[in-house]
Amino acid sequence: MPKAMRDVFGETLCELKENPKIVVLDADLGSATRALKFKDVCPERFLDIGIAEQNMVGIAAGLSTCDMIPIATTFSVFITGRAFDQVRNTVAHGNLNVKLVGTHNGVCVGYDGATHEAVEDIALMRSVPNMVVLVPADAKETEMAIKAAIAYKGPVYLRISRIAVPDIHGDDYKFCIGKGEVLRDGTDVAIISTGIMTSRAIEAAEILLKDGVHASVVNICSIKPIDRKLIVEVAKRTKRIVTVEEHTIIGGLGSAVSEILSVEWPVPIRFVGINDEFGTSGAPEVLLEKYKLTAKDIIRAVKSF
Amino acid sequence: MDNVALKKTANELRKDIIIETYNAKSGHPGGSLSAADILTYLYFEEMNVDPQKAKDPNRDRFVLSKGHAAPGLYAVLSLKGYIPSKDLKTLRHIDSYLQGHPDMKHTAGVDMSTGSLGQGISAAVGMALSAKVQKKDFRVYAMLGDGELQEGQVWEASMFAGSHGLDNLTVVVDNNNLQIDGSVKEICSPYPIDEKFKAFNFHVINIDAHDFDQIRAAFKEARETKGKPTAIIAKSVKGKGVSFMENAVGWHGKAPNEEQYKQAMAELEKNGEALA
Ligand SMILES: Cc1ncc(C[n+]2csc(CCOP(=O)(O)OP(=O)(O)O)c2C)c(N)n1
Ligand SMILES: [Mg+2]
Repeated sequence: MPKAMRDVFGETLCELKENPKIVVLDADLGSATRALKFKDVCPERFLDIGIAEQNMVGIAAGLSTCDMIPIATTFSVFITGRAFDQVRNTVAHGNLNVKLVGTHNGVCVGYDGATHEAVEDIALMRSVPNMVVLVPADAKETEMAIKAAIAYKGPVYLRISRIAVPDIHGDDYKFCIGKGEVLRDGTDVAIISTGIMTSRAIEAAEILLKDGVHASVVNICSIKPIDRKLIVEVAKRTKRIVTVEEHTIIGGLGSAVSEILSVEWPVPIRFVGINDEFGTSGAPEVLLEKYKLTAKDIIRAVKSF
Repeated sequence: MDNVALKKTANELRKDIIIETYNAKSGHPGGSLSAADILTYLYFEEMNVDPQKAKDPNRDRFVLSKGHAAPGLYAVLSLKGYIPSKDLKTLRHIDSYLQGHPDMKHTAGVDMSTGSLGQGISAAVGMALSAKVQKKDFRVYAMLGDGELQEGQVWEASMFAGSHGLDNLTVVVDNNNLQIDGSVKEICSPYPIDEKFKAFNFHVINIDAHDFDQIRAAFKEARETKGKPTAIIAKSVKGKGVSFMENAVGWHGKAPNEEQYKQAMAELEKNGEALA
């Protein structure tokens, strides 16, 4: 059984306690984000700020200027939405070494419904200068992205899913900020995806292969900075692109890819994502179907060219 | 309604909260149960509302700023006649209008969508202000959690309400002393809550959230207070009415399993019979 990505987050935090600069901040959701795991092993560097996300981000900014590496954690909707101005004007404008982690995002938040389902967080964070945006696709990549974020000096937003997805990466996987990854090579079309959708992109590519369609699958964890070179290369090779994300199609991965290709190598693109609407309550798997975020939907997009 | 009738209604409301969260297999029973008596009083005694005229522009308004207590709000809306009671079992289900957090677009009787803590009170201030500007005499009620008081926006809204003397606004703090990670006092203490609201120019009343005499007197006093908004600090028990949920932090956002459901319902049944 693969691990839920938020569980990997909690476990990786515990490993990081050896770094004395690390301090973990929580806004009364530590049980859900798994940040409380860090409290168990390192209570002296765990700060429960209370239900005050804006204050948490401001406190993190202050900590970072005094030689600490703060990791501020809550649901994506609150860290990128409620605290947006604090993120923009205090953290990013100062290029401060603050790590912002959202563990519940997209419709996979599930039963809590629209108010808790960030479907625009990538767009928000991507639009802010200096911000690095990482969206891991499985358990291993979650661990590596967290470690890369800590090694990097500057503001990072990590979008970590609440759920588990099939493992894509082996133990020897190396992740590098700014680099994308070709998981499957094919010349008919390229499926460029991020986060929990990458395993679904692979599933789609396998089904397409049976129909004689050879699809490349490119995983983009580093949404910003993004691997321009790789995206242009696959566009040249496949001439058709489908982008896939558990996020609104406005301003996310699809937009990032389009911004590059429309200038450097225009090709037709289809977008699989949330179509400018809010989420709703329900089971994650049911919601992924409702919002057309399954392998079937990726295949439909590929066949629409 | 006399106190016995109110207690019976509140007991029915508590049963509905258990039925809702049991069928949803998730949701927030603790903070719904602590609010049940005050929700009952608001909808059955205090507020000028009528499900037949759910959109009446002159009706009183209620904002559940602690939106996660949606099961409590839906239960009282159902008992009052806004929502068919059979629908309560669809809480949090796919395509149900009973969302995890209140959604005014889809649910009759919900005056404001909430769920992101700290925001509802500002909306309530806006409603109260609109009554003043339009010279209408409806009243506005907002219910907040005590953990919710940690959000800075609560105090921005309170400073404005106090500064503008919004005497048509009553803020109720459901003071159960618990949030998710533990006790509010230990995590980031809002105490003294009454002195804080006083300093923001509120008239402040401290009550027991489960005593209908005190609830009745407090809302009467709020109504009679002129020139200031009122804050009712209601000392409550999280999970009130279900023995194993009372004062237990673990029951903030967890649904009862079948065995726990049966026990909770049996306890509430028995409590109802004792009132008869
Ligand atoms: C802005 C925001 N941050 C975090 C949450 C997650 N959350 C839901 S309920 C809750 C605890 C609320 O505690 P309290 O206000 O005391 O409510 P009660 O005890 O009455 O249930 C938290 C942190 C949220 N809904 N909104
Ligand atoms: Mg509380």
